[in-house]
Amino acid sequence: MTDVAGDLTPRGGHATRAAAATAVNPGATGQATAWSVAPGPRGRGASSNEWRKRLEIVFFVAPALLLFATFVVIPVIQAARYSVFRWNGLGPMDNFVGFQNYVMALGDTIFQRAVTNNMTIAVLSIAIQLPIGLLIALLLNRKFPGQTAMRVIVFVPYVLAEVVAGVIWKLLLQPQGGVNAFLETIGLGGFTKAWVGDPSVALWTVMGVLTWKYCGLAIVLLLAGLQGVPEELHEAASIDGASWWQTQRKITIPLLGPTIRTWMFLSMIGSLQLFDMVWILTRGGPDNATVTMATYLIRQGTERSQYGYSSAVAIILFVISFLLAAIFQAFVLNRDSGDDKPKQRRKKVSR
Amino acid sequence: MKRTAALRAVALGAAVAMIATACSSGGGSDEATDGTGENVTLTWWHNSNTGAGKDYYDQLADEFESDNPGVTIEVSALQHEDMLTKLDAAFQTGDQPDIFMERGGGELKAHVEAGLVKDITDDAADTISALGGSVAGWTVEDRVYSLPFSMGVVGFWYNKSMFAQAGITEAPTTMDELNAAVEALKGVGIEPISVGAGSGWPAAHYWYYFALRQCSQDTIDTATQSLEFTDDCWVRAGESLAEFVATEPFNTGFLGTEAQGTPESASGLLANRKVAMELAGHWEPGVMQGLTEDEQGLGEDTAWFPFPEVPGGQGDPAAQLGGGDAWACSNDAPDVCVDFIEFLLSNDVQKGFAELDMGLPTLPSATAFVAAPELAQLLSFRNDAPYVQLYFDTAFGENIGGAMNEAIVSVFAGSGTPQGVVDATQSAADLEK
Repeated sequence: MTDVAGDLTPRGGHATRAAAATAVNPGATGQATAWSVAPGPRGRGASSNEWRKRLEIVFFVAPALLLFATFVVIPVIQAARYSVFRWNGLGPMDNFVGFQNYVMALGDTIFQRAVTNNMTIAVLSIAIQLPIGLLIALLLNRKFPGQTAMRVIVFVPYVLAEVVAGVIWKLLLQPQGGVNAFLETIGLGGFTKAWVGDPSVALWTVMGVLTWKYCGLAIVLLLAGLQGVPEELHEAASIDGASWWQTQRKITIPLLGPTIRTWMFLSMIGSLQLFDMVWILTRGGPDNATVTMATYLIRQGTERSQYGYSSAVAIILFVISFLLAAIFQAFVLNRDSGDDKPKQRRKKVSR
Repeated sequence: MKRTAALRAVALGAAVAMIATACSSGGGSDEATDGTGENVTLTWWHNSNTGAGKDYYDQLADEFESDNPGVTIEVSALQHEDMLTKLDAAFQTGDQPDIFMERGGGELKAHVEAGLVKDITDDAADTISALGGSVAGWTVEDRVYSLPFSMGVVGFWYNKSMFAQAGITEAPTTMDELNAAVEALKGVGIEPISVGAGSGWPAAHYWYYFALRQCSQDTIDTATQSLEFTDDCWVRAGESLAEFVATEPFNTGFLGTEAQGTPESASGLLANRKVAMELAGHWEPGVMQGLTEDEQGLGEDTAWFPFPEVPGGQGDPAAQLGGGDAWACSNDAPDVCVDFIEFLLSNDVQKGFAELDMGLPTLPSATAFVAAPELAQLLSFRNDAPYVQLYFDTAFGENIGGAMNEAIVSVFAGSGTPQGVVDATQSAADLEK
């Protein structure tokens, strides 16, 4: 189950992998066509230079393609094959069940809950982290003493290893842990809770930890984006008598658009494949309150030796992520690609 | 131009060579373990990877080697979780070691169906008869596939001084007495029971015991064979559980509490004197010792009582829930493998095993050598039990067991019903038929 193991990489890792996959995919198809074309010119006696160039391409691209095929393409195809069998991992895989595993997964209330949780986390992540990230980024972009120190502090949670952060939070969130002790000290003893043990608050607890962990990424990306906003525009605006807020709303934020959209994409993919933080904090519990598609896959699939079933769930997770990524790409990120330069020029004119 | 071309050629050559090396190093060489030859190598995986236990097993391997010239035993002492992961992978590739651990029940059945485990019914007949009823959990269709070397039962571990503080003088023997003890402990401000519902199985043990008290042995045995859970005793088990959960005897946030491993886990809470009792198996004293700073666990305050009687049930009130570990031979292992696991179950080896506190020996003649008084007490209940039911999740296999445990936890959470447990179990079982 290499594919399942692959799903356990950190959240950030996923985003990069997904990005890498989309980047490599067109390349891969491009290569394939180059190969199929290659024999043609050779047969017609192309110059030896051209022939050598092709050979070079083949030799240098082949290792990368081979690795990609071995560790990404083949596992995905294998998962698709396993997903139509009932198989406990032992002995021959001979109990073909067609799409029964898919029907079972889609009809399972716990899986539906997992999908709902993933969607909730995806939406809330953007809804909570974008305003916070934007505000802090704008704040940190102004010059003040200790600016660099603040930037580092804000980014620390994101740099901490996911598992380490998860374990620390888990200890803090225990009934006798630090969070409850703190609440009691400041006289809010009535608000103490079993943060990761109470089904009605566990998802919100996880959401809180995720916000703490990933706000840093949003802030750093947005800060980088802010460096790309030309100083002259701010000067021009202030000469025109625009207030600070007006400058941010009419100039900075619109110009941050591409950065925001890219961050939203990363955040969405990360939320859909969310595994490690949830696994450490709650293992998808209590009573499945925080189950995500990835924890469902492990708990109901591989931990029960239902490899066919867990492969079907993996394929569903793949399809959902792929579809959402494609939709986002088509309708949102598309605006940032190179061929809509006229639009940008128009914007400048209107300004 | 020429120079670049030459350089490119070198680079190409190097790349190809590297790939070739990378590929070739992947193919491991498997030493042939041939039963017919003079020299035989046996691979043995076990989980006593520290201290006296590891030394003891190494010494046993040496002893067997010198008694049987030509036999070499390759011992791999693995950390428990690592061993399970590696074994799972090994079973899937059919590359399992010659001697390995089996937990019995549905898991063993799956291994037997895939032809991975050796049938030792005839070769080890003497040892099997010496072990008596213990081998029941490792029997598939009247054939025996492993020799259990350690078996314990589940019961309540409790803190003697906390019980005294709450004025409880006698360990509870009925549900009413247990409920009274819970109230008494609450009365003096002590959280009565910790349960690792976050891990699933510790919570499930309650339901298993209620089922053991509500259902007759016949009903349980029939269900294990037919996978039909139609008898209404299964629902009554859930009802007893729901009643008990309603008295709120458990630690705060128990739905998120794990079984063991941290001071905040169910075992950790008992070991660190945050709760008064916990339902757990024979491993508990050892686990608790690892979770306290002085490595003593509850020390002198450690005590044990069996799961109480449940009024109106059809099950035997003395029946116990338990499980253990057994040695098994791979189907393609040489015949001398069976001799070796019989040697591991011999009188002397089991005696040494007991003396080192490595587990609870299964050979009746060795049980007298268990030193710790509370373990000896537990052992006496195991030996006197009319029958020891294997943990249901092990008995029914990972899939049915997993579905069962999940539904039981939802009864603990108040979102599931007694009927829900039976329904979830039945629908998982229907897929296995």
